[in-house]
Amino acid sequence: MLEWLKQPWPWYVAGPLIGLMVPLLLIVGNKSFGISSSLRHICAACIPANIPFFRYNWRNEIWNLFFVAGILLGGVITASFLSNTDPVSINPKLATELAGYGVTNTEGLVPGDLFNWQSLFTIRGVVLIVIGGFLVGFGTRYAGGCTSGHAIMGLSTLQWPSLAATISFMAGGFIVANLLLPVILKL
Amino acid sequence: MNTKEITPVKKHREFLTENADFEVRSLDAVCINESELKHPWWYNFKYAIAGIVFGILLVKAEVISWFRIQEMFRLQSFHMYGVIGTAVATGTLSVWLIKKFKVRTIYNEPIVFINKKLNKGNIYGGLLFGFGWALTGACPGPLFAQIGTGATVIIISLLSAIAGTWVYGNLREKLPH
Repeated sequence: MLEWLKQPWPWYVAGPLIGLMVPLLLIVGNKSFGISSSLRHICAACIPANIPFFRYNWRNEIWNLFFVAGILLGGVITASFLSNTDPVSINPKLATELAGYGVTNTEGLVPGDLFNWQSLFTIRGVVLIVIGGFLVGFGTRYAGGCTSGHAIMGLSTLQWPSLAATISFMAGGFIVANLLLPVILKL
Repeated sequence: MNTKEITPVKKHREFLTENADFEVRSLDAVCINESELKHPWWYNFKYAIAGIVFGILLVKAEVISWFRIQEMFRLQSFHMYGVIGTAVATGTLSVWLIKKFKVRTIYNEPIVFINKKLNKGNIYGGLLFGFGWALTGACPGPLFAQIGTGATVIIISLLSAIAGTWVYGNLREKLPH
């Protein structure tokens, strides 16, 4: 059993379980599943700077901060007790392409060749880690949600804005991954 | 003359004092909630437990893997489409059942759904998030999970994402919505 749990879980097991987060949060306390708002609550709590968008009682949404703290802890637990030591299996086409950029270490889920503290001193690292992170924070709030809020919660409740947002997420990702990333990874 | 001008202002204020906090909180957010119940703060630990479960799922499904995200955007693997597709299907079915059987929360409150209106931000912001998703290989949830698995440099991505949210909040009035 534990051996099986340590393997990567197939999509048809993990996907439905992720989907069950929607009714779980609703039934446990009328909460709509979503993550990116936590970033806004952190802003409202720590650096509101009198900006109207951050002037609200963030304590009313504190459940969201408990939720993301749990996600971080879930990462710790998985890495400590449920991790598999095999390299991540990746599509050979992608492996060949990445090897061309010197990305050969596929041992972790986060490629160590690209995401490490030293790479913060390279242009490539700054684009991937700092600018990438900034776009995630700016874009999700501008869009009104992220993959969990829009793609999962929003689509599950049949919201048009969420469909528009999800299509835009995918379009943006396709553009950068296929057109820009090959240039960035050469930096 | 004066009274005519003052009246609508007063009405607007009345509306604001009643609902201001919720109105502000629900700007540009799907997951905003209004419960009449006031619970002690430690009731929130149940959301931490839900988060732990979700975090484990994100890691074990390899949703937090930069490689999986690249495969998804290059149509080189079905995995992520399978995860998101079955998650949405399960979520949709659950919401349908909740509505059909008028399921209530464990505190016997009716479950509410708030419909959002489409705005240009859904598209512009969505594209920008898509750009960031392809670069970092992570959406906001996975950022937290990646840090948990020991990829400490992602703390910088997370701080940068918080900065991005703050800059958006600051520029919000000037951006097309």
